[in-house]
Amino acid sequence: MADLYQIQDLRLSLADMTAKPLLGAAPKIEILKGLSFTIPKGSAVGIVGGSGSGKSTLGRALVRLLEPSGGTIRFDGADITHLSDAALRPLRRRFQMIFQDPMSSLNPRHRVGTIIAEPLRLHGFTDIPTRVTRALDQVGLPQAFAMRFPHELSGGQRQRVGIARAIALEPDFILADEIVSGLDVSSQAQVLNLLERLVRDLGLTLAFISHDLSVIRRLCQQTIVLHQGRIVENRPTPDLFADPLADYTQELLSAIPLPDPAQPWG
Amino acid sequence: MSALVIRDLSVRLKKGPPLLRRVPLDLAAGEVRGLVGESGAGKSMIGKAVLGILPPSVEITGGEILLEGTDLLRLPPKERRRRIGATCALIPQDPLTALNPSHRIGPQITDRLVDILGWTRPAADARARELLAEVQIADPDRVLRSYPHELSGGMRQRILIASAFAAEPRLIVADEPTTALDVTVQKQILRLIAGMQARHGTAILFVTHDLGVVSKVCQRLSVLYSGMVVEDSTVADFFAAPRHPYSAALLAATPKYTDPAAGLNPVPDAVIDAVRAEVAAFDRGAPHG
Amino acid sequence: MLDGRSQVRRRAGLRLWLSAGWLGALALAALLAPWIAPKDPLAQDLFLGRLPPVWMAGSEPGYWLGTDSLGRDVLSRILHGARVALLVALVAGTITCLIGATLGLLAGFLRGWVDMVISRLIDIWMAFPPVLFSILLIAVLGPGLMSIIIAIVVIDWTRFARVVRAEAMAQGAMDYVASARVAGRGRLGTMVREVLPNVLPTIVVLLTLEMGIAVIVEAILSFVNLSISTDDPTWGGMISEGRTSIHQAWWVLVFPLVTLFLTVLSFSQLGEGLKDRFDPVLR
Repeated sequence: MADLYQIQDLRLSLADMTAKPLLGAAPKIEILKGLSFTIPKGSAVGIVGGSGSGKSTLGRALVRLLEPSGGTIRFDGADITHLSDAALRPLRRRFQMIFQDPMSSLNPRHRVGTIIAEPLRLHGFTDIPTRVTRALDQVGLPQAFAMRFPHELSGGQRQRVGIARAIALEPDFILADEIVSGLDVSSQAQVLNLLERLVRDLGLTLAFISHDLSVIRRLCQQTIVLHQGRIVENRPTPDLFADPLADYTQELLSAIPLPDPAQPWG
Repeated sequence: MSALVIRDLSVRLKKGPPLLRRVPLDLAAGEVRGLVGESGAGKSMIGKAVLGILPPSVEITGGEILLEGTDLLRLPPKERRRRIGATCALIPQDPLTALNPSHRIGPQITDRLVDILGWTRPAADARARELLAEVQIADPDRVLRSYPHELSGGMRQRILIASAFAAEPRLIVADEPTTALDVTVQKQILRLIAGMQARHGTAILFVTHDLGVVSKVCQRLSVLYSGMVVEDSTVADFFAAPRHPYSAALLAATPKYTDPAAGLNPVPDAVIDAVRAEVAAFDRGAPHG
Repeated sequence: MLDGRSQVRRRAGLRLWLSAGWLGALALAALLAPWIAPKDPLAQDLFLGRLPPVWMAGSEPGYWLGTDSLGRDVLSRILHGARVALLVALVAGTITCLIGATLGLLAGFLRGWVDMVISRLIDIWMAFPPVLFSILLIAVLGPGLMSIIIAIVVIDWTRFARVVRAEAMAQGAMDYVASARVAGRGRLGTMVREVLPNVLPTIVVLLTLEMGIAVIVEAILSFVNLSISTDDPTWGGMISEGRTSIHQAWWVLVFPLVTLFLTVLSFSQLGEGLKDRFDPVLR
């Protein structure tokens, strides 16, 4: 299976505005400290870590919302590490992102239909209404929802709209950044099942960022554990759960409270 | 003796739909009870009603809240405030907004002891230092002089716990106290709360959406759907075999990495329809407010 | 990290010190005007009319910033005008702030019917066009310093009330307010102890802005001859008189205008500077 993403020694520094002197540039803090991994086509990869691990920064680098300060990112064979915005534009359709907070990522003044149609228009698609209809269908929302506003939907339904907007563009890759962390367990399960089905049916490649290892267990074939900007473990998911190698992975796993009073947890 | 008994508590939006439907609840002294349900089920509404901090858009339409035998809802407002202040405390959800950014940590713990409970200043200061040591804060003097924004999220949550236990309350309402934290920090904080609770013998109403958390810190739990208590069990019984189909479905939706097939299953539509019908029948059976 | 914070503070400090310095000097000049003003601000001498400032040809020694068409010393009149300007700023600003902020705090924190009454009042109040309203007020009250102050208070309290209400509402939703209520603090106690300190930085900024506005309003009313008696020197009055002789004697208009500008600017910068310095979250 070919790799969709090849990441070599990825480094990324952000300016530390809290330490900016009166004159001159702010000092840089290295968030990502040399990451190397690949994402095979058609697979779902989980990226896990605590706050400050750099997982969201990594996600934003993959879809080139941030420019790396070192290393290379290859997407489908092409080096996109330092491409300009103009050069990225034709590629943008191919990697899509779903955000953590659907309330702030969906424009409250637009109807769901418009929200899904807008990126299609930007990327020059034809027969937009058909595509909107199909996207709603694929995420299991009734067609009538096209006329609704985001605030009329539940959290799980909003997250489905976010997914519909992303898949309508027929992308190769979807980045999902903490998309179930604000949802109830039942909606969480529904959204995860939906993603699982879409990855399978549409041949999507998925990177699923989460702070919660237990939601990754079902969905992802491969799991990358980040800690303080470094990869501490990157293995097939069943192996990682059966026998976590890194200390930090063990700590993360043992900290998850299972719904089982018999679990030794002290 | 029960620390808290709630009978038929009904709460609704002013001129709106009910938020709590004749809720019964019994909390023994020194017991931890989980209040579980999906968002909007009314689980934190119960804690707010007990503490008298319901939002102004909401009103209590009936029932009793017996705090150590006295019905809070029958007390004049001043007396109710005094009694709640003397016997109850809150551990809030968000450590970012739960401490006043304008005051140093020290006064935030001690002022209420001095101003409201009539402690002397030196006694309150000594108590604050002792509590911070108990929640394993290494450098209490520095922390007491700090402003909230100078401390990490986990540190702030420790301070909130220390502050809640400061006046030896009989009852604490913990409203999703670890939801905003990383799992590793969550584990430390939950163990801390459990340890403090056991040492001080405090009863806790533990509001959470996470059944995993319930299984670790609670002895009993109430499962709510749409403001109605659908199940009231001991933790051991519940996790062995939930009695109500809705609570069974909720348990099956909770992720379980050791047995992936047993977790993350959406609540079936048939279960939702059944529990909705049950709520409607309950409303018809005895109107409340 | 710590270095960065001190850097930020220093930049805020510069702004704070420059504006505070100007206002301090002005306040001192206003206080000491009778003793430090080189001439009598009311003394006319038609032979000395429209003298240019000292560095220009045709000036007279002692008249540092020149004279107006009646031969009155511009510098002395600016110094005496500062008394009126600062008095109005201080008194009108403070009273406006006290009334507006209190009502805003009560409405935003207590909510319910208190909020309803105050909010309606604000809505109705703001429907009046302010300039017309103030001219009308002065027409009723009669010109004079007291009338100006009353006019400013009556018109501008809504500015405070609106902003403070929104801010108090946001703070009232915070968990530390809930904690204080659980602990047994009364409603007003919670408002004063928990909410007020967090709204205070906003109030300070508004207060200094209001002082700047008060200076402008006083100048405008002087400009249209509705301020205190036309004999007493005011900046607005000077600007109004200077306008008529702008081509022959620009200094009569420009110097009071620049003073007014710097003063209003200093008030607004003072507010921002104080906020940066005393907001514990930024500190």
